[in-house]
Parts: sequence; structure tokens; C-alpha cells
Amino acid sequence: MSMVYSYIFRKENFYLYRNMQRQAASMKRNLFNQEYLDEQFNELEELQDDDNPNFVEEVVNLFFTDSVRLIRNIDLALANGPYDFGRLDDMMHQFKGSSSSIGAKRVKRECSQFQEYCNERNIEGCKRAFQGVKQEYATLKTKLDTYFQITREAS
Amino acid sequence: MMENSKTIAGFSSPRTDIFPAGLRVLVVDDDPTWLKILEKMLKKCSYEVTTCGLAREALYLLRERKDGFDIVISDVNMPDMDGFKLLEHVGLEMDLPVIMMSVDGETSRVMKGVQHGACDYLLKPIRMKELRNIWQHVLRKKMQEARDVGNHELDQYDEMWMLNGVERLSGKKRKDFENKHDEKEMSDSRCVDSSSMKKARVVWTVDLHQKFVKAVNQIGFDKVGPKKILDLMGIPWLTRENVASHLQKYRLYLTRLQKEDEVKASFCGMKHPDVSCKETSSSLSLQNPVDVCTDVTKDKYSGDSGDKAIVQNGKSNIYESKVKGVVLMPVTEPRSVVGDNFDSQVAGSKIGLTESFGLVNTDVESANLPIPYCSTGEAPQPQYKQDFKPHFQSANGSSHQPLPVVSHQIPVDRTQATCFLNHIPSREERNRHPDAENKPSFFKSKCGVVGNFSPIESTVNLFQPVSQQQRNVHILEQMPSTTWSARSCNVVNGPQSSPGNLSLRSGSMVASVGEDVCGASIQGECFLANNGLRNIEQFDYNDPQPISGVPTCLYDTLRFDYEYPIDSLEGIVMDQGLFIV
Repeated sequence: MSMVYSYIFRKENFYLYRNMQRQAASMKRNLFNQEYLDEQFNELEELQDDDNPNFVEEVVNLFFTDSVRLIRNIDLALANGPYDFGRLDDMMHQFKGSSSSIGAKRVKRECSQFQEYCNERNIEGCKRAFQGVKQEYATLKTKLDTYFQITREAS
Repeated sequence: MMENSKTIAGFSSPRTDIFPAGLRVLVVDDDPTWLKILEKMLKKCSYEVTTCGLAREALYLLRERKDGFDIVISDVNMPDMDGFKLLEHVGLEMDLPVIMMSVDGETSRVMKGVQHGACDYLLKPIRMKELRNIWQHVLRKKMQEARDVGNHELDQYDEMWMLNGVERLSGKKRKDFENKHDEKEMSDSRCVDSSSMKKARVVWTVDLHQKFVKAVNQIGFDKVGPKKILDLMGIPWLTRENVASHLQKYRLYLTRLQKEDEVKASFCGMKHPDVSCKETSSSLSLQNPVDVCTDVTKDKYSGDSGDKAIVQNGKSNIYESKVKGVVLMPVTEPRSVVGDNFDSQVAGSKIGLTESFGLVNTDVESANLPIPYCSTGEAPQPQYKQDFKPHFQSANGSSHQPLPVVSHQIPVDRTQATCFLNHIPSREERNRHPDAENKPSFFKSKCGVVGNFSPIESTVNLFQPVSQQQRNVHILEQMPSTTWSARSCNVVNGPQSSPGNLSLRSGSMVASVGEDVCGASIQGECFLANNGLRNIEQFDYNDPQPISGVPTCLYDTLRFDYEYPIDSLEGIVMDQGLFIV
């Protein structure tokens, strides 16, 4: 009797597990299709191995932790004049470099937009673009959080 | 390290288990995320990885572990030091291949990297397949060196010579040669103790480089040739080729300096201390506000020599302490020395008085005075604790050194010093003051070490170049004792706070000179005439180099005490080196 239960249980588990895997895969596909992520994310997944089974998640978390500081700095620099466009550009360059590490495609795009405004010395444009950066950043964070949660459950 | 290579799927050829595996790579990037990724990637390539978040730390590591790395991968934008500058240091001092990386693929940037000597320029995001191949730079460099050694050990390298020839012909054959070559190299440099390969490689230590620069200056920049330098240097194991290649690098370096100088000329040419900080900072492309402290006595010196500017971080304090009584050298006319020396050597050789810091002072008195610490370029910190006397003496013993040298060495030592000092940038100013008495001063480093400078009778002069808002100079003369507090970069210390930092003990006079340093004349014409505001030089500037005919050696140590608001940390550039941004 117990064997039957455990069989059923395993069977259910199996479906659940496979379901989760499918969900994770489809979510990742969407993240790529909607251009939240680019190839770099795949590159990270390839780096994950037995030595670092959670490598991707660790890297992504590191990015989101570290970038808080960068964002705050840019926020401060945008808060009041006089505006040092060179410095703004440098800071954004750094943030963009960081975003490239996890393949945050949309975020990077907004960063480039910001830098263009910087070159034009258009502070209003910069501020607007920075809102865009933060928005993409927050969206990506939410999506990746969910994604990792699903992947964890699926494994 | 070799064992790891088995776990890596990427290597198809069994040979790779030997050579590229275990390649010692130093990765420098201020971005922790990239650092983590690169570390993982390189490990997967079975390289031995060391990571480092600060350029200064990297330099420190590189100096500490000479021959401890095969290749350096560095980010271009780093808060504490420009990646290009690091590149320059590594190129001149360690002669290691350096790969630059950046998210920005602008041609001008890549060009700059290549011009500064980068062997490759990778764009972020960096892929593993790119990293897998970096060993080729190490190999190429070694082959290059072998070629430089040339005929001496031709028999040992004939395979390489062949390889060089084949290189241009066909890629296919080349592989075979490389394979052979690698095997050979392995047995050469790894199994056999110090192989000829190793001998071939000259590590241009600070010391060696100093000798080199000295020789160059002695000969005169225009007439200089590798053979002459070699003779003058008198180092038996050095070959003409070694010198020739270093000379070539050195020339390139000077040319760059000059170029920069031209750009900055308008800013650096300021003869007065009341330079607008903003201008300077922009011209130097420093990301931080910069303070310029220039010599006061411009009229006293010829035009060129008048261009002494010290650039420091926006908020900085300069302390100048004078030590007296250490007069070991006969006195010469400062003026004449300056004129001759300076013009012929510096101007003639087209060495710009570029680096705002380095060349701070052309006038003989100050320029020639050796700086107390860092003379060896090693571990400056301990030196702080020592009293000045020994340093002075050694400094005095040194002979005259033309300016270019000075400027050149500055960056090197400086960096080192800062490493040790928790990144405290500081400078020294030397001053000659016959009557001065040296009193003990205390130096506090961030680490809590309090050094007591032995009381050589001297007077301490404090110059406080003020930052943008308040550009006035406080000159503290004749102070019995001074307390310095040196802080790390992270500390925020406004110029305004300087009074607090300096605790002036009895008998100190503080003059606030407002915008004009000439106000220094408050201290008496004679002081100005003789000492001028003097040069403010970088303090790490170590040169054991002698100053030409300096009568009395009084050294002033300048310290900049600066702080950055924490948030602006990213923007901190310790640009004082001669290296070009």
C-alpha cells in the first residue's frame, strides 16, 4: 500500500517538477524575446557547474546589490546642479558596464540613451532617461527574482 | 594547477594541459560582478586567477610579487586610478602583457589603450572564448623578448626564430611550430629552474629604471643611444637590446607626456597659486576637483621653470616642513642651475613640464631636493615613522638629477606610497631654509600608526593650498611642531577643516593669504627670494636623485590631506602621476 502511495507521490512530484521546468524555460524564453536579457545571460548559465551550482543567481544578486550604490550616486548627481556631464557619463558608463555583466539588455539600452543625452548636455533628457533606466532595472529585478524562484523549485 | 585542466572540456589538445593551464592572471576591475564572472571564466580556462578591485591594490600586488603574474587584465574605468595609467605603470615596471577591457568600444578609446601599450582590448561582455586565448599574448611577449636577446643565445631560440618567420607565412604551419615551441618553453621556463627565457627577460625595477633615466639625462636626451646608456649604467647582464627596447618605451612615454603637456599648457602654465581649481581639473581630466598649488616665485625663474603646478585633490592640505641643518652639499646659485639644467635637459628634450605634479618645481632648490621617503620606492610607510635625518642624508648624497627624471619617478613611487598608506595621496615639498629648525612632527596614518619625526631642528612650514571655494593659502611658518593627520581617501576632509587637522603648537603663525600666494611674502622677502613657495612636489617622488648643487638641504614635506565625499569616491582619480590619463 505504501508503495503505491509513494509511487503516486513520486509520479506527482515528477509532473510538478517537469511543469516547473517548463515554466522556467518559458519564462526565460520570454525574457529573451522581450529583450530583457541577451546572450550574456546564457553565457553565465554555461559557467554554472558543480563547483558553483548557483552561480547565475549569485552573479545576478551581486549585480543588484552593487548597483544600488551606482544608482544612488547618479541620483545624487542629478539632484541639483551644476551638472558635471563628464562625471554623469562616467557613472553611467560604469553602471552600463555592470549591466552588461548579466546581459541586462533593456537596461543597457536605457543607459546608452542617457549617455547620448549627456553628450548633448541635455539634463532634462538625462533625467528622463534615468527614470527609464530605473524602471527597466526594477522590472528586470522582479522578473529575475521570479525566474530564480521557479528554477529553484524545479530543481 | 595543472590538474584542473582535466576538468575543462574546452581544451581539445592534450598539449594545452601544459602550457596555457596555470597561466597566472591578475584581473583588475572595480565592478565586483564582473570580477566574479571573469574569475569563474578564467578558472574554467584552468588559469590561476587573482582578482583585485582597485588599481592601486593591483600595482601593489604586482610590485610585491614580482614575477608572480604572467598577464594582467584590467578595466579601463576605475575610480582610484585610470586603467590607462595602470597600464603604463605595468608596461614600464613589469613589462607584462596587459589586456584592457571596457564596455565602450569607441575607436578613440581602443586607440588610446593600444597606444599605451595594451596588447589587446576586449569589449564587455567578455566571452569565455576570448579569454581562452589570452595565453597567446604571454607567448608572443616571450618570443619578442627572446628575439631581443638576439644572437647571444640564438641556438636556443632558433625554433622561435623560425617561428617568427613562419608566422607571416601560414597559419597552419604556425600551429605546429607553436606546439613545438610550447613544449620547449615548458621545459625551459617551468621545469628547468631559471631558464634562459627568464634571463632574457629584464624586469625594469624602479632601481634599474632610475639608473636608466639617470644615464639618459647624463648623456642628454638628444644624443642618447642604447650603447651609451648601457655603458653608463654599468650593469653587466643588461644587453644593448634590453636598453634599446626600454629606451623606445621611454621615448614613447615622454612623447605622450609632452602631448599632454601641450593640452594642459594653458592650465599648467599658471605661475601663481591662485589657479582656478576647476580649470585644472578639467584640463587634467580628473574626475575630481583639483587644487593647484603653484610656485610663487615665478619672476625669479625663467619662464619654463615657472610652470610649476601642483595638482591635488580638491580638498587638500599641504604641509611643508622644513628641516634644517642637514646641509651636506655646497651651495650653488639656484638660478644658474635651473637655467642650464632645465633648459637643456628638459626643454631641449621636449619633455614637457607636463605633469602638473611632477614638474612642480623647476627651480633648482626645490626640484633638486630629494624627498625624504620613498627613495627606494619600497614600502614608504615605515619610512614615515623614521625621522627625517637619515633620509636627508641619503638624499643629499645624491647628485643632480635633471627634471625629467624626477617627474618620471614620481608616479611610481607615489603609487606605492599610497598603497601602503591606505591610499593617502601626499606630496612633499622640499624647501631650503638655512635658519629653519626642525621640530618633531607627528604623523598619523589611518591605520593608527603614529610616527614621530625626530626632531631635527627645523621649522615646519605649512602651506595649505585651498580648494575651489576658498583659494587662500595659509602659511604657517616657524612652527615648533605639527600634527599631521593623514587620512584615507574615503575620509572627507575639507580644506576648511584643515585648521582642525593641524594642531599648531606654540609659536605658530598662520597667515591667510587669500588668493595670492605671493602673500607669502608676509614671511619676509628673504624667505620668498630664497625659498619661494618652492616647489611642491609629490611626496612620493622619491628620487634619490641628487639635486644639483644644493647647498643646504632642507626638505619640506608636503602632505595633502584630502577627503572625498563618499559618494564621489568613484570620481577619485589620483592623477598625480606623470602617466597620462
